[in-house]
Amino acid sequence: MTEYSFLIALLPLLSFVMIVFFFRWNEKLSAGFSIAMILTSWVMSVTVLIEQLGSHGQPYEAFYKFVDIIRFAPEIGILIDPLAAVMLVVVTTVGSCVQIYSVGYMHGDPRFSRFFSYLSLFLFSMLGLVLANNFFMIFIFWELVGLTSYLLIGFWFEKASAANACKKAFLTTRVGDLGFLVGLFLLSVYAGTFNYGEVFDQVAGGMIPTGILTAAAIFIFCGAVGKSAQFPLHVWLPDAMEGPTPVSALIHAATMVAAGVYLVARAMTVFVGSAEASMVVAVIGLVTSLMAASIALTQNDIKRVLAYSTCSQLGYMIMALGLYGYDTATGVHSPGYYAGTFHLMTHAFFKGLLFLGAGSVIHAVHTNDIRKMGGLLSKLKITGPTFIIASLSIAGIFPLSGFWSKDEIVAASSHHPVFFIITLLIAFMTAFYMFRLCFLTFFGQPREQERFDHAHESPKVMTYPLIFLAVLSVCAGWVGIPWLQHGFASFVSHGEPYHPHANWLLMIVSTIVAVSGIGLAYLIYYKQSISADQLAERFKVLHKLSYNKFYFDEIYDFILLQPILALGRLMWRFDAGIIDGLVNGAAWFTILWSDIKMWFDKWIVDGAVNGAGWIVRMSGNLLRYLQTGRVQFYTFFAIMLIVLMAMVKLESGSPDAEAGLPLLSILLAIGIILLALMSRSIGRQSPTTETKQEETI
Amino acid sequence: MEFPILSSLIFVPLLGMGVVMLLPKESHKAIRWTSTIISLFPMFVSFWLTWDYFFNFSHSAAMAYVEGPFNWIPSLNIQYYLGVDGISVPMLFLTGLLSTISLIASFGITNRVKEYFAFFLLLEAGMMGVFVALDFFLFYVFWEIMLVPMYFLIGVWGGPRKEYAAIKFFLYTLFGSIFMLVSILILYFTSEPHTLNMMTLIETSPALSHTLQMVCFIFFFIAFAIKVPVWPFHTWLPDAHVEAPTAVSVILAGVLLKMGTYAMLRISWPMFPEALRTLSFWIALLGVIAIIYGALVSMAQKDLKKLVAYSSVSHMGYCMLALAAVSSVTAIAGCMFQMISHGLITGALFLLVGVIYDRAHTREIAAFGGLGAKLPVYSGIMVFFSMAALGLPGMSGFISEFMIFVGAFSALNKVLVGISVLGVVLGAAYMLRMVQRVFLGEFDIARWGGLKDINIRELVTVVPLMLLTLFVGIYPKPLSILLNATLEHLVTLMAR
Repeated sequence: MTEYSFLIALLPLLSFVMIVFFFRWNEKLSAGFSIAMILTSWVMSVTVLIEQLGSHGQPYEAFYKFVDIIRFAPEIGILIDPLAAVMLVVVTTVGSCVQIYSVGYMHGDPRFSRFFSYLSLFLFSMLGLVLANNFFMIFIFWELVGLTSYLLIGFWFEKASAANACKKAFLTTRVGDLGFLVGLFLLSVYAGTFNYGEVFDQVAGGMIPTGILTAAAIFIFCGAVGKSAQFPLHVWLPDAMEGPTPVSALIHAATMVAAGVYLVARAMTVFVGSAEASMVVAVIGLVTSLMAASIALTQNDIKRVLAYSTCSQLGYMIMALGLYGYDTATGVHSPGYYAGTFHLMTHAFFKGLLFLGAGSVIHAVHTNDIRKMGGLLSKLKITGPTFIIASLSIAGIFPLSGFWSKDEIVAASSHHPVFFIITLLIAFMTAFYMFRLCFLTFFGQPREQERFDHAHESPKVMTYPLIFLAVLSVCAGWVGIPWLQHGFASFVSHGEPYHPHANWLLMIVSTIVAVSGIGLAYLIYYKQSISADQLAERFKVLHKLSYNKFYFDEIYDFILLQPILALGRLMWRFDAGIIDGLVNGAAWFTILWSDIKMWFDKWIVDGAVNGAGWIVRMSGNLLRYLQTGRVQFYTFFAIMLIVLMAMVKLESGSPDAEAGLPLLSILLAIGIILLALMSRSIGRQSPTTETKQEETI
Repeated sequence: MEFPILSSLIFVPLLGMGVVMLLPKESHKAIRWTSTIISLFPMFVSFWLTWDYFFNFSHSAAMAYVEGPFNWIPSLNIQYYLGVDGISVPMLFLTGLLSTISLIASFGITNRVKEYFAFFLLLEAGMMGVFVALDFFLFYVFWEIMLVPMYFLIGVWGGPRKEYAAIKFFLYTLFGSIFMLVSILILYFTSEPHTLNMMTLIETSPALSHTLQMVCFIFFFIAFAIKVPVWPFHTWLPDAHVEAPTAVSVILAGVLLKMGTYAMLRISWPMFPEALRTLSFWIALLGVIAIIYGALVSMAQKDLKKLVAYSSVSHMGYCMLALAAVSSVTAIAGCMFQMISHGLITGALFLLVGVIYDRAHTREIAAFGGLGAKLPVYSGIMVFFSMAALGLPGMSGFISEFMIFVGAFSALNKVLVGISVLGVVLGAAYMLRMVQRVFLGEFDIARWGGLKDINIRELVTVVPLMLLTLFVGIYPKPLSILLNATLEHLVTLMAR
C-alpha cells in the first residue's frame, strides 16, 4: 500500500475536481463523494501506518523531476517514514470527522457543495505537505494550504469581518513564508538540492558552513512561525475564527497550524546542526505559549479562547522541538523530539474535539459569547461530556492523552530551569482557562434563559464524530506511555530513539499543577467564592493587557500596515508627479523648445533671408536716384567731385588725400540721394511719374 | 522548396489585413469573423511549431526552420533572414494565441470596425516578425511597423485620454528606437564586411573595444528597457493600458512588453557580454526597484486596470532581476517562464477587467464589493488569476518566480535578492486587497443587481489562458526542456 500512498493526497483532489465540475448542483452527492474519498484516504493512511510499523520505520521514497533545467531540477515525490505516516493518520482522521460533522453543521447553507470542495482541496494540500520528500514540494503545498485556508476563512465572505480575516491570515502567513523562501534559496545555493535526505546528509557531514546553517534554519523556522501562529505572527489565528467552526477545527486546530511544527520536526537535522537556531526556536515557542495562554485567560468568545489555547499548545511543541535541537547539538540526550511530535498528535485529537464541541454549542445557542451561556450540560448530553473529556485531556489529567504528551514536554524542559518553571506555569494556566470555559458554558445557572430554552443537542451526524474523537482523546496517548517497550518514542524518532522512563516526581508535579488550575477555576467560576471581577480589578493592568491581546493588532496596524499603505500612496504620487512629471516635463520642454525654434525661424532665420532681399531692394531703389541718365547731372557730379577734392587737398595739403576719393564720392552720392528724396517729398512726386519723365527724356 | 513556415506567420496576417480592407465597411459580422478565422492560421501554425520544435529541435541550440539568408538589398548587404530557437518559439506561441483571443475579445467594438480589425492583423504581422527576424534591418522594420497600428488602436478606440496615451506611447518607443538605430549603425560600420546579420554579429561583436561595447549595450538597453518597461521608463505603460481597449491591453501586456526582454536575450545580452557583466549589478538594482516600487504603487491604485498595469511593472521587474543573473541558466529560464506566465496571467486579468467594465462602465475598485455572491463564475476566475498573479504554487507564476529567485540568489548579491523577495508579500497584499474590495463583503444589490455573469464568448477567451497557467504551473517540465539547450548556449555566449 505504501507505494500507492500518493493516492492518499490525490483522492481528496479528485473529490474537489468532481464537486466543482460535476456534483456542484447536488449537495448530497458532493458531501457523500467527498466523505467517501477522505474515508478511503483514511483507510489507506492507517494501512500505511501499519506497514510502517511492520517494517520498523523503514522510509519509502519515490519521486520524479518537476523542472528540468541544468542545475535546477526540483522533484515532486513522496517520503513515507514514521513521522509522515503518523501525520497522515492524524490528518485523515480529523479530516474525516470534520467532513462528517460538516454535513450537519453546514446544513442549509447556500454554498454547501462549495464548502465540501474547499475542504477536499484543503485536505489534498495538507496531505501533499505531509507526503513531500523535499523542501521545494513542501513549500508548494505549504502555500496551497494557505490558499485553502484563505478560501475557508473567507467562506462567509459577505461578512466584512470574514473578508478581513482571510486576507489577514494569508498575508501574515506569507510574511513567514518570505523567510521560508530565503531559507530555501540558501539551501539551494549551499546544498544544491532540496531533497530532505541529501540536505540532511550534507548538514550531518558538515558540508555547509555553520553560519549559513544557522541562517537557513532560522529562515525556515520563519515559515513555521507564520503557519503555526507563533509570536510575532500569531495575530491571524484568532481572527481566523470567522470561518465556519468545522474549518476552525480542521485547519486552525488540528492540521494546518500543525504544519509548522511538522516542518520543524522534518528539518530537525538542520536545527540540530545549529544550537543557536534551536535556541531561537525554543524561546519563540516558550514566549508564544506563555503569551497566548495569558490572553486565553480573559477572552469571552468560546472560539477565541480555543484559538489562543491552540497558539499556546503549538508554542509548547515548538519549544520542545527547539530544546531537543539545542540539547542534541550540545550533546545531551533529550525527549524533546518525541515529546513535540507526540503532543502534535494528541493535541490534534483533543483540540479538534474541542472545536467541534464548541461548534455544537454555538449551533445550540447561536452565540459565541460564554457570558451568555451556562448550565448547558443538562441540555447537551453528548457535547457536554465530550467537551469536558477534551478539556481534561488538554489540562493533562491522568490517564488521558494530554497527560502523557504534556508530561514529556515538561520532561524535555527539565534541564533548563527557566523553561521548566514557565512550562509548568503554562500548564497551570491551560488547566485554568479550559475549566473557566467549561464551568461558564456547561455548569451553573443559565445566564440567558431564552437561549437556554431553545438550546438542543446537535444531530447524530455531528455528535458521532465528537464521540469518536473523545475516544481518541482518551486513548491516543497510550501509545506513548513510558512503560511501553516499543512505543511512540522508538517509532517516531530523530536519530537515536529516546527511551522514556517513568519520572514519578514529574508526573506528580504536573498533575498537581493541572489539578490546582482546575481547582482555581472551580472556586472562581463554579463556587464563586473568589470574585473574578475583583481579581480583574486587583490586576487591572495585566487584565487589560490580556483582554486586549497585548495590543498586537493595534501596534502592527500602527507600525507596519499604515506605513506601508502610506508608502504605497507616496510612491504613487512620486510616480505620477516626479517620474511621469519628468516625462511630461521633457515633452513640455520639447514643445517649448520647438516654439522658440519656430519663433527664431520665423523672425531671425527667415528674417535674415527676407531682410537680405529687402536691403537689396531698398538700396536699388535709393541708388536709382543716381542713375538719372542726364548728361548735365553726370557733369555736375564730376565737377562737384573735383571741387570737393580740390577743397580737401588744399586744406590738408597731404598727399594721402587721394585715399579719400572713394569716401568722398560716396558722401557725395548720399548727399545727392538725400537731396533727391527731399525734393521728391517736397514736390510730392510719385516715383512712377518720375520714371515716366525720365523715359520721355 | 519547403513551405516557408516563418514567413507565413508574418504574411498571412498581412494578407488578411488586405482581405479585411476589401470587405464592405458595414458588414461588421463578416469583418470580425474573417479576421478571427485568418488569425487562426498563425495560431495553429505557432502551436504546430511549438510541438514540432519540442520533439525535433529542442535538443540543440541551433536555429530551426531557417529561411535565408536571402539577399534583399545587396548593395547594403541587407538580408531576409528568419529563424527560431528555444526563446522565440514560446513567444510565437504566445503571440499566436493572444492575437486570436484578443480578436475574439474585440467583438464588442462597434466603431470603425473595419479599420480596427485591419490594424489588429497588421499588428500581429509585426509581432510575429520581431520574433523571427535574424537580420537587424528586418528586425528594426518589424519593431517600428508595430508602432503604427498600436498608435491608432489606442488613439482611435481608446478611453477618454486616448490621444495623450497614444502619442506618449508612440514617442516614447520611438525615442528608444533612435538609440537602437545608432547602435545598429555602429555595429554595421564596425563589422567587416559590413553586415546586419545578427548571428554573425553575435560572433564578432565581443571583439569590439570596451567603450564601443558599453555604448552599444547602453543604447540597446535604453531601447529595450522602454519596451519592457524597466523602471524609470515605465510611465507610458499605465496610461497606454488604461486608455487602450481591452484587447489592445492584452496584446500590450502579453506580447509587446515581452519584446523588450526577448530583444535583450536575443541581441544585446549575447552580443556584449563584457558590458553586461560590468553593468549586471545595476540592471539587478533596476529590477528590484521595479518589483518593490511597482507593487507599492499598485497598492495605491483606485482603478482596477491601473492596478493590473502597475502589477506588470512589478512582474517585469522579476524578469530584469533574472536577466541580471547572467551566469545562471536557472534565472534565465525563470525569466522565460515569467515572460510566458505574465503574458497568460496579465492578459487574462485585462480581459477580465474588460468584462466587468463592459457591464458596469466603471473600473473603480471602491465602486464594487461582494460581487462573489452575484457573479460566482466571474469571481472565481478572477480570484484564480489573482492567485496566479501573486505567485501561488500550482500556477505558472510561482514556478517562474521561484526559478528567478533561486538563480538570482546564487549569481547576484544575496541581500539585494533578499529584498526583492519582499515583492512576494507586497504582490499578495495588493491582489488580496483588490479581491476583498471587489468580490468580498456586502453586495450592493441596488446598484449592481442587474449585473450578469461572464458569458460564453468571454469564457472562450479566458479559459485557454487558465488551462495554460495551470499546465505550466503543474507540469513545467516540457517548457523547461524546450528552453534548455538554447538557454545553455546563451549562457555560454554571455560568459565569453
